[in-house]
Amino acid sequence: MSSSAPAAIESAPLAPAARPIDGRDLLVLVAGLLIVVVPHALRAPWWLTLLTLALYGWRATALSTRGGRGLLPSSWMLLAVALLASAGVWLEYRAIFGRTPGIMLLVLFSGLKLLESRNQRDAAAVVFLTWFLAITNFLYTQSIPTAIGMFAAVGTSVLALVGFAAPRRAPLANLRTARRLLAQAVPAALALFLLFPRVQGPLWGLPQDAYAGMSGLSDSMTPGSLSQLTLSDAIAFRVEFQGEAPRRRSLYWRGPVMVDFDGRTWRLGSPGFADLQPPSDGTRFEYAVLLEPHNRNWLFALEAPASLPERARYLDDGQIVTLQPVRARMRYEMASVVEGTPNAAEASRNLRRAQRLPPGFNPRARALAEGWRDASKDDTEVLARAIDYFRRERLQYTTEPPLLGRDSIDEFLFVTRQGFCEHFSSAFVFLMRAAGVPARVVTGYQGGDLNPVDGKFTVRQSDAHAWTEVFLPARGWIRVDPTALSVPMRVDDGLARSVPASDSLPLLMRSDLEWLRTLRNNWEALTSQWNLLVLGYNPDRQRELMSWFGMRDADWLGLASTLLAVLGAFVLVLFAWMLRRVARPDPVQASWNLFCRKLGARGLVRLPQEGPRDYSERAASNLPSANEAIRRIAALYIALRYGNNASPGEVVELRRMVRELQIG
Amino acid sequence: MALPLRSDPKLTGRFYGHPAPRNASGGGAIVLGHRRVYIVPSRLGLLFGGTLAILLVGSINYALSLGFALTFLLAGMGIAGMVQTARNLAQLSVRAGRCDPVFAGEGAQFRLGLSNTSGFDRPEILLRHAASGAQTTVDIAADSATDAMLAVPAQRRGWLPLGRVMLETRFPLGLFRAWSYVEPDSRCLVYPQPEASTLPPVASSAQAGGARAHARGSDDFSGLRAYQPSDSPRHVAWKSAARSDTLHARSDDMLTKQFAGDAVAELWLDLRDLPASLGLEQRLSRLAGWVLAAERAGARYGLRLPGTELAPGTGGSHRAACLGALALHE
Repeated sequence: MSSSAPAAIESAPLAPAARPIDGRDLLVLVAGLLIVVVPHALRAPWWLTLLTLALYGWRATALSTRGGRGLLPSSWMLLAVALLASAGVWLEYRAIFGRTPGIMLLVLFSGLKLLESRNQRDAAAVVFLTWFLAITNFLYTQSIPTAIGMFAAVGTSVLALVGFAAPRRAPLANLRTARRLLAQAVPAALALFLLFPRVQGPLWGLPQDAYAGMSGLSDSMTPGSLSQLTLSDAIAFRVEFQGEAPRRRSLYWRGPVMVDFDGRTWRLGSPGFADLQPPSDGTRFEYAVLLEPHNRNWLFALEAPASLPERARYLDDGQIVTLQPVRARMRYEMASVVEGTPNAAEASRNLRRAQRLPPGFNPRARALAEGWRDASKDDTEVLARAIDYFRRERLQYTTEPPLLGRDSIDEFLFVTRQGFCEHFSSAFVFLMRAAGVPARVVTGYQGGDLNPVDGKFTVRQSDAHAWTEVFLPARGWIRVDPTALSVPMRVDDGLARSVPASDSLPLLMRSDLEWLRTLRNNWEALTSQWNLLVLGYNPDRQRELMSWFGMRDADWLGLASTLLAVLGAFVLVLFAWMLRRVARPDPVQASWNLFCRKLGARGLVRLPQEGPRDYSERAASNLPSANEAIRRIAALYIALRYGNNASPGEVVELRRMVRELQIG
Repeated sequence: MALPLRSDPKLTGRFYGHPAPRNASGGGAIVLGHRRVYIVPSRLGLLFGGTLAILLVGSINYALSLGFALTFLLAGMGIAGMVQTARNLAQLSVRAGRCDPVFAGEGAQFRLGLSNTSGFDRPEILLRHAASGAQTTVDIAADSATDAMLAVPAQRRGWLPLGRVMLETRFPLGLFRAWSYVEPDSRCLVYPQPEASTLPPVASSAQAGGARAHARGSDDFSGLRAYQPSDSPRHVAWKSAARSDTLHARSDDMLTKQFAGDAVAELWLDLRDLPASLGLEQRLSRLAGWVLAAERAGARYGLRLPGTELAPGTGGSHRAACLGALALHE
């Protein structure tokens, strides 16, 4: 007995570096990591995907051997893999610091870090890396499915964190804890989301490829560029009209204006800022546009704008631009006038530029135009002949035009006679200029689908269109759509009905899939709300919200102090709420205190040095009428307080006896 | 971050009706009032904060609405985690339990009763003895009590008070570290470290007066006494030595068969019999060793210390009384 050695000190230290991780929690960690890495893996080169999955697999396999500690690689080996793979990334992308190569390296390092994770601290670092990778997915898309996936990954990684902190606890209990943590996080997260002072990014220069993959119209137009774009079903912008919407054939969404032509490619001119001069008559429509980011400066507006959005500028060729490229989804409100009389004034410098043609191209088209010039007495008559020509010639409209050679307009007009809107508009402007009439190509979108679910118009990349504007003295710039002249259905019924059925079109544009379109309408209405409320919450929306709450001109200081007050209140309420079931006095002690108060009221105050036994004896001898009850209460109290096994029934009994105690 | 859960005592005291009990004497429980629970971010929590800062800056730079949402959700989770970490200790009640006497040089097993009157479980609570660093981790289920054992090294004989005990937890996320101190009224009696030595010869005891040796007939087995290096191996009680549960039986675990003619004495163990040159502590150690040896030998023994005399006796409680007297001898 005397020789028993000192008991080994059982200890499980709480320092993360000293806590090994359990296989169960490691698997949860890997699951979270897989969710965030899968979308990246689809973009990654195949070897990187395979390598990363192999690293994860290795760590998972090591769990099942030698009690989870077998077969892990040495740090030299990990370093070698890291260097080789970095070299591979460089060979693949010719860069290390760009957005995509950087993310690829992160994906790879997640595998390496996982493989060298042996304790809680390492594993927590992998969790933080998981969150980082989750956010990088939002650089590519912030759609609802992505959001669901990434938030699921965060939930999984939180479960892993809880597991590291309590490895011996039942998995279900840990799951409940993780769920409660995330649920309790929501109010604070909401307050932060709404009130955290937002600033307009970016804070520093972004990598070259930061906005790769945003589609939309470009600043030049060559034959084939628009027909490529119309193969995309992606949304360009959505429009909500206040009240009545214009007819479909009036929905010309004006974008970049092409003035300069080198024989093959049309390019933007060099317009200057100008004051907006709205048409004097016509029908006024007010609407809000939710524009998808396209990494260009221009905004799209219904022809012709009557008011400008906030912080937008008007150019003298009729474009509306912002000073910063549109890199985040943007909502703007404006008004336009449809079928009004345009402004007749134009600088002669701009008119001369709109008549310029490169010499030595398209001789047959030139000859045709000069013939019109000679036969006409003024520009109006030249235009009438041109319009008549396009109506008569029955040029064919197709999304798959044949390739054209050097004299592209001659070939289109006289040889292939098949083209897309860029061919039609390009040829028309060429003919006009050859006849001495100022003309320009306007690109943008034509039409849009009304979504019956939320009553908004959706304009897609497949609605991209090119048309022309011709300047007539005393009348100003007049829109002429040569595609509509040849193929009236394009403007009235949309692209899908105007091209031959064999042409390739986005799947959902085909009119025979009605149920699919209904589904899509619902989904897009949901997405639109998502875009507007969640993704579109920016410094402007924040200001609006604050003024709605009565905070006019909320600066960051006001927001920050409101935020801190809300968070402080949140912490206090949460703490009080979580301890609500515990924050009550010990029931045994409460009964005893009541007992002492009852006796104290009869002058029998307990002396500080008096234990329960002495006190009750004194009370019992002083109060013979109640001595039985007093002794029983004291005996029960002593048994409950100092005994080892108190049953809840006895606690209830004590409370009842004290309550029923009648003295005197 | 300072201590966000410490608030005005007047205010919260009224809300919760709890005084912050320091040490309810007489076996009462100490309840960890929430004002006595301190909390700061752990190193992992600082890393978490840094990660959130990077995520936030990234979200601002790339204008990622969902990046903001995710970052803020994590921040909210950090806040909820902080509150839950504090809750893991708040209103926990700690009660000092029994501590069996030990010999100096062993570990005193302090028992602390932790009772959780709340509807949630409290996992991963570390108890750490402030003075010695001894620690143990316990999980306490909802509405239940559990005992934690703290093995505190007992260096010196006498009363060993438990002193301050720190309760610490990092559950559920490991991002915050909450702790509180309690000082339960618990102490452990530490006997002198027994010195393995032979029982005193009866003669010397007899000389000291009062010891009666009963001489019996020769060659009759009469009992066992502690082994002495000079004993013949033929007299060692090998069966008893083999039963001993210590693997490396030390010589003082072995017993020697005694035969009548040997002294089965009623021994008086007297401090004054030992030479003063040994020093008090060593003399007490030797007496403790003798008490153990006499008990093993089945002898009746008495103990004499200046100012204390324990009449001869035998058995567990006598042994405890003798060792206790040695432990507390001034």
